[in-house]
Amino acid sequence: MRPLTEPETKVVFDKLANYMTDLKSLIAPFDDGDRYVFRLNHSRVYYVRLSIANMATSISRDALLSLGTCLGKLTKTGKFRLHITALPILAEHARYKIWVKENGAQPFLYGSNVAKAHVGRWSDDCPEHSGCVVLSMADIPLGFGVTARSTAEARRLDPTGIVCFRQSDCGEYLRDEDTLFAG
Amino acid sequence: MGVGRRMKKQGAPEPLSEEHFANLKRKKGLPVDDTPAEVPSSKKRRTSNKPIKPLKGKDAANVKTATAKPAGKTTSGAKNGKKAPPKSKKQAPPASDSDEEMDDEFGGSDLDDIDALGASSDSDIPKLGDDFMDSGSSVYDSDQDDAKKEKFVFSDDEDEDEEDREEKLTAANIEGLSRKLDQEREEEAAENEAELRQDALQTNIEGDKPRILGDDDDEDELSSKTKGLLAPDLQMLRTRITETIRVLEDFANLGEEGRSRAEYTDQMLKDFCAYYGYNEYLAEKLINLFPAREAFAFFEANESARPVVIRTNTLRTHRRDLAQALINRGVTLEPVGKWSKVGLQVFESTVPLGATPEYLAGHYILQAASSFLPVMALCPQENERVLDMAAAPGGKTTHMAALMKNTGVIFANDPSKQRAKGLIGNIHRLGARNTVVCNYDAREFPRVLGGFDRVLLDAPCSGTGVIAKDPSVKTNRDEKDFMTLPHTQKQLLLAAIDSVNHASKTGGYIVYSTCSVAVEENEQVVAYALSRRPNVRLVETGLPFGKEGFTHFMGKEFPPSMKMTRRYYPHLYNVDGFFVAKFQKIAPTPASAVLANGYKGKNGKPSGDAVTTADEEVVDKTPVGAECETQDDFGGFDDDQDKDYMDRAKRNAMRRRGLDPRALNQKGAKKAKDEEPEEPQGTKVTEKESKKEVKEKKKDVKDAGKETTEPKKDSKKASKKEKKAKK
Repeated sequence: MRPLTEPETKVVFDKLANYMTDLKSLIAPFDDGDRYVFRLNHSRVYYVRLSIANMATSISRDALLSLGTCLGKLTKTGKFRLHITALPILAEHARYKIWVKENGAQPFLYGSNVAKAHVGRWSDDCPEHSGCVVLSMADIPLGFGVTARSTAEARRLDPTGIVCFRQSDCGEYLRDEDTLFAG
Repeated sequence: MGVGRRMKKQGAPEPLSEEHFANLKRKKGLPVDDTPAEVPSSKKRRTSNKPIKPLKGKDAANVKTATAKPAGKTTSGAKNGKKAPPKSKKQAPPASDSDEEMDDEFGGSDLDDIDALGASSDSDIPKLGDDFMDSGSSVYDSDQDDAKKEKFVFSDDEDEDEEDREEKLTAANIEGLSRKLDQEREEEAAENEAELRQDALQTNIEGDKPRILGDDDDEDELSSKTKGLLAPDLQMLRTRITETIRVLEDFANLGEEGRSRAEYTDQMLKDFCAYYGYNEYLAEKLINLFPAREAFAFFEANESARPVVIRTNTLRTHRRDLAQALINRGVTLEPVGKWSKVGLQVFESTVPLGATPEYLAGHYILQAASSFLPVMALCPQENERVLDMAAAPGGKTTHMAALMKNTGVIFANDPSKQRAKGLIGNIHRLGARNTVVCNYDAREFPRVLGGFDRVLLDAPCSGTGVIAKDPSVKTNRDEKDFMTLPHTQKQLLLAAIDSVNHASKTGGYIVYSTCSVAVEENEQVVAYALSRRPNVRLVETGLPFGKEGFTHFMGKEFPPSMKMTRRYYPHLYNVDGFFVAKFQKIAPTPASAVLANGYKGKNGKPSGDAVTTADEEVVDKTPVGAECETQDDFGGFDDDQDKDYMDRAKRNAMRRRGLDPRALNQKGAKKAKDEEPEEPQGTKVTEKESKKEVKEKKKDVKDAGKETTEPKKDSKKASKKEKKAKK
């Protein structure tokens, strides 16, 4: 386990900035001096409290499997890929949101993109190809993705048109449970 | 079908007479035509002490079926305290008109009145009412009574009898009659008892004691073999089981003469094994935990699944909201009980519970009700450091995280990397942010990290409490399992105790739990820990229900504080079999204590295996070169020992090839324990021996590895040395 290097931190923050508004709050210190930090273990990036990270240093690298919340994986070429496990953090400060109707939640959770017919409402002035968080009508985060069209364009779309490309959904906890976590 | 018992005992029924119908009509209040030779009398005038004829045969059977009727009827029967109890039984239920048979036999309302009569007095001497009907001056011949008595009649005839008697009662013959009545009553009582016994038994069992055990002489090899091949007759087995239990409960009365209690329990054991499919060892172990009837209930409960329970994740939602959301999806559920604020019991579901959007969003987790208990007992507080030693699949870890509200830190350890995947999955899905997942053998704590405020040890066990979930336990568990598993559990528990910070401000608690009901894995492990770690003590678990742990069991005595541990059974609480014990650490581990991993106290010197009991061998885990002084890379050789091993290996190799190891003519050679060589090769061996020695040496390496505990390298080197020496 080690802290992230400069380029790695940059990549991670760039990715997160796609989806989130307030990056500073991620690492802002608390009253008791504690704060959240990023740690890297086996090419996976973890978002965890500093106190917990310090305690976890006594665990050897092979034995340490997970810390706090896993945000995603740094690929061999140095790019960062967000996993579904990062959803709670994204959903907290999401910039753009899309609410899907009840009939749209199931298809999304099964892995298909969000069609216009399924959309309940979405945040205004959402540009094209920007990261958004998909929520159910009851404000339960279901996943995140990238908008296909800007809001204005999407209004002119026919009902079967894709509004949001799915990048990650909660169904992955079942579908990808073997590969999602370090084994 | 032949003639029934009633026919045999009572004979053919009397033809119905006009009188009888007239009586019935009168009772119902209908107008009655005058019939000849009929004595009008009101049933109400009759006194209570007229004994009602014993209801024979069918009637008795009917009454028996009716005795199960609502209590209201039986209380009236209960009023006939002084009368023979069976009689009251018969009187009690008759008024239920719903029983058609009864109506046919008794004519419901008939017995209503009798009932009323029966209830009205308890004195021995019949009272004569003022308006006693027809108390004419005539003195009736008592002989007539007898004559009537001889005939075995319909129950309706009772009324006639009583009627007649009423008529004939005068001051003159009251005494005589009452004496007769008493006699009759006694006789009836005796008859009733006998009948009851007979009726309770199977119809093909004669005599008053159930015959369950067969003759010992019958069991010859052939019959036992054929019995083994035939599929068990389940119906017969079940009835035999219930019979045996009945006998065991009242052995003094129902046990056959010359048969010991042990024979009956033996029979019951065999029947359980055949009926439920257990191996004998496990069945005996489980039977010894309970009295006979409870054991039956336990085995029965293990056949059906416990209800599905889910636990609300309080980090993301509330139980009420979750219940509402799931009900909207079509799930029938209700709170699991007063004892939990987060549990929901699911009765049926139209959608798969493990795939709802709420599940995927981490609002709940499927978890057995019994798994709530250890976390409830441990009760982790906020900002504490907690260790979960065997955390997979993560239900308890996430429960703790929810209770701690994502503060503090939880170390979730699991020795299996495969299962740890599921653990990490659940942790992330349920949104527990304060966990660190590691993959150690749990015995390595506290070396890795210590000073925890609380430790939860949900030890791997034989699973005798979750047979309903995993029926393979019935056949897989044998004596060996109940030796190796407790050994591991003891080591784990010692490690858990040593990992706790006794000076913790808020904690210092260890909870040990298993999903087993066996004493070897529960009370014995706890007692071991208490004896090896005098700095811990048992404390109350704080759980709202559960049976107390055993303080003595089959000759073993446990400390009285064992009462604070809790046992759970499927047949009592409808949860999986479980055991929970809570310790508190009040002082640091004594310096001389042997640690779980075999190292002694603070010195760090390796000692013998920490956990040894009288039964187990002491496995010497000292590293091979520990005692040697030589500067050799391999720590030096002990030639004598080496020779021993090599000889053994040589002999083994010969045996494998079918040669007789004794041909080597070695003094003090060990005889072959396993298969004897088939071909006594005699002289051939000695000739071939020299050639084969070379081959054997190579084989020795392999064999030595199997046979001895010496590392392969050493024996190889040693054998090469010997080769050189020989040459």
